[in-house]
Amino acid sequence: MDFQLTDDQEALKAGVRELLTARFGHAELRAAADGGPPALDRALWRELGEAGFFALRLPEADGGVGLGLPEAVLAFEEAGRVLLPGPLIATHLAAGVVDGAATGEAVVAAVDGVHVEWLDQADAVRGDAAGAQPLRSVDPLTPLHRVPAAGVPLEADPEAVLLTSLLTAAEQLGGAARTCELAVQHARARKQFGQPIGAFQAVQHLCARMLVRVEVARAAVYAAAVTADPADVAAARLLADEAAVRGARDCLQVHGGMGFTWESDVHLHLKRAWIRTQRAGGTTECEEMLADDLLAGAG
Amino acid sequence: MDLACTPEEEDFRARLREWLAQALPSLPPKPSSDDWPGRRAYDLGWQRMLYDAGYAGLHWPVDAGGRGATPTQHLIYLEETEKAGAPYVGANFVGLLHAGPTIASEGSAEQRARWLPPVLRGEEVWCQGFSEPGAGSDLAALRTRAWRHGDDYVVSGSKIWTSHAEVADWCELLVRTDPTAPKHRGISWLAMPMDAPGITVRPLRTLAGSAEFAEVFLDEVRIPVAHRVGAENDGWRVTMVTLSYERGTAFVGEVVACRRVLGELAREARKNGRWDDAVLRRRLGRLNAEFRALWRLTQWNVSAAQRTGGVPGAGGSVFKLRYSHARQELYDAAAELLGPEALDLGRDWTLDRLSSLSYTIAAGTSQIQRNIVAERILGLPKGR
Repeated sequence: MDFQLTDDQEALKAGVRELLTARFGHAELRAAADGGPPALDRALWRELGEAGFFALRLPEADGGVGLGLPEAVLAFEEAGRVLLPGPLIATHLAAGVVDGAATGEAVVAAVDGVHVEWLDQADAVRGDAAGAQPLRSVDPLTPLHRVPAAGVPLEADPEAVLLTSLLTAAEQLGGAARTCELAVQHARARKQFGQPIGAFQAVQHLCARMLVRVEVARAAVYAAAVTADPADVAAARLLADEAAVRGARDCLQVHGGMGFTWESDVHLHLKRAWIRTQRAGGTTECEEMLADDLLAGAG
Repeated sequence: MDLACTPEEEDFRARLREWLAQALPSLPPKPSSDDWPGRRAYDLGWQRMLYDAGYAGLHWPVDAGGRGATPTQHLIYLEETEKAGAPYVGANFVGLLHAGPTIASEGSAEQRARWLPPVLRGEEVWCQGFSEPGAGSDLAALRTRAWRHGDDYVVSGSKIWTSHAEVADWCELLVRTDPTAPKHRGISWLAMPMDAPGITVRPLRTLAGSAEFAEVFLDEVRIPVAHRVGAENDGWRVTMVTLSYERGTAFVGEVVACRRVLGELAREARKNGRWDDAVLRRRLGRLNAEFRALWRLTQWNVSAAQRTGGVPGAGGSVFKLRYSHARQELYDAAAELLGPEALDLGRDWTLDRLSSLSYTIAAGTSQIQRNIVAERILGLPKGR
């Protein structure tokens, strides 16, 4: 057993991080968040396509990269770190199904529960979005529509729900790790009472709790990527959702008054984490599924 | 990233399973928890069986008499023995997991030859003389003092929360040999024979009502200088060599056990009708996520240790923090499930609930573990 990243996986993760930091760094994030109604950066979308972000799991014979779920999870973790906007999971899952999705030529949205992310900017929509009404989305970088009818196609496709849930967990993991870093950076730099606030035990313990949640979620998410077992995915999703939402809230707390301002990035992490918790395979379903799993004796 | 075991590892698992299946039925009945001599005999008997079968000191280095197994093999061992319902390491815990590895790593050839084989063969029991009334999680504040008199140290002071003290042959004792040095320095690691004159052991009752540990009073106890492991005043470093074990793989079997208990809770809930309570059901579902993740974190840490050839480091604090709280939540859920019966000390789950309260305190409180995570992993400035 060697449950650690391989050299290739380390390289892939580093490569995705490098690409995203260069193309969607702090300045781009702020420009997107502060620039009025959200619009997708099509050039960036195509670059992601060229880099293989969407075709990562598509077989090489079909023009894909031919990698597996663990690699996809590592890529989505990096996307989550930088709050990369757009219907990333829907387009990734459409690679090989919707023309242009694999290369990033097409933006594909999906009906997920009662919501569709990025409907107005999408070239194709999976599921029935008839009668969808726009919401004033809490996240400035995730436009949302609400779909009136029940009987949503995504829920009829267990494979799509499973993958959406796992890749969402990967994004949450990335966000959680990032907010932990932001909190620690701030706690080192910010001085009060004549010393860095990170020297105060109360602040130290907030940060330590954040790291513990991240590391537990990381083990669960990576394991779920390896096994693709529904109970593993449910566990990963629950712990990653928790790590992201509570991590962003604790990060905001560590930032004090600054954390409550629009200028700080912390609220963007919290709002995105909230949006992601609402995706398919959310809290209630995961808990019920894992409860049933106990009776199945597999616990 | 791979969770599958190699063919060699699977072969190891298969042979272990086979041996457990034929060995376990020959064990004598388990003694009651208050019968310390009985518990010692039972635990050492089990150790002897492991020794005879070649499973003693699995994770110890070969030159210390161990098997030099990989961390993954050790993980498999802990998983399979728990699943098969084999006894815990019990009274031999300190010898196998603390004192033994410390002597193996830091002791002289004579010291290794004297102390290691009896631990592996199940002939001698060790206890741990670290904590003091004034030095628990702040271990470096210990005050038990050792003066040098010729070839002996003369030791006076007291130790507390010492498990197995009543039946131990040896004590791994931390003493202050230089009171003028900064508190982490000036400490030495001694092997103290428990039958030396001047030692008084007084059992302490835990909040669960049983005498699980003891106070040990030391009144001018003479310990040969030759029983010091490592250099004089270097005991803190010597101790840190092995303390990380306790925060790393020491809980592997327990995580497996907690997952089994969780399954029992679910089946009990279905029997007594509480399964229809969505709040309780979802709580059990979330605990399933928790213990699954803790198992994955264990596999992650073990693989990391296997790659570096080392022992779990400060990352063990991450595991211990989460596990100790999860264990308490597990038995709180059991109490909710039991309802009025949760107040009955005749129920195993009630006793387990009480004993789970020690997990956020023993081997460094959760607060100390968070300091370790904040300062050593996250690199935050040292607190006041």
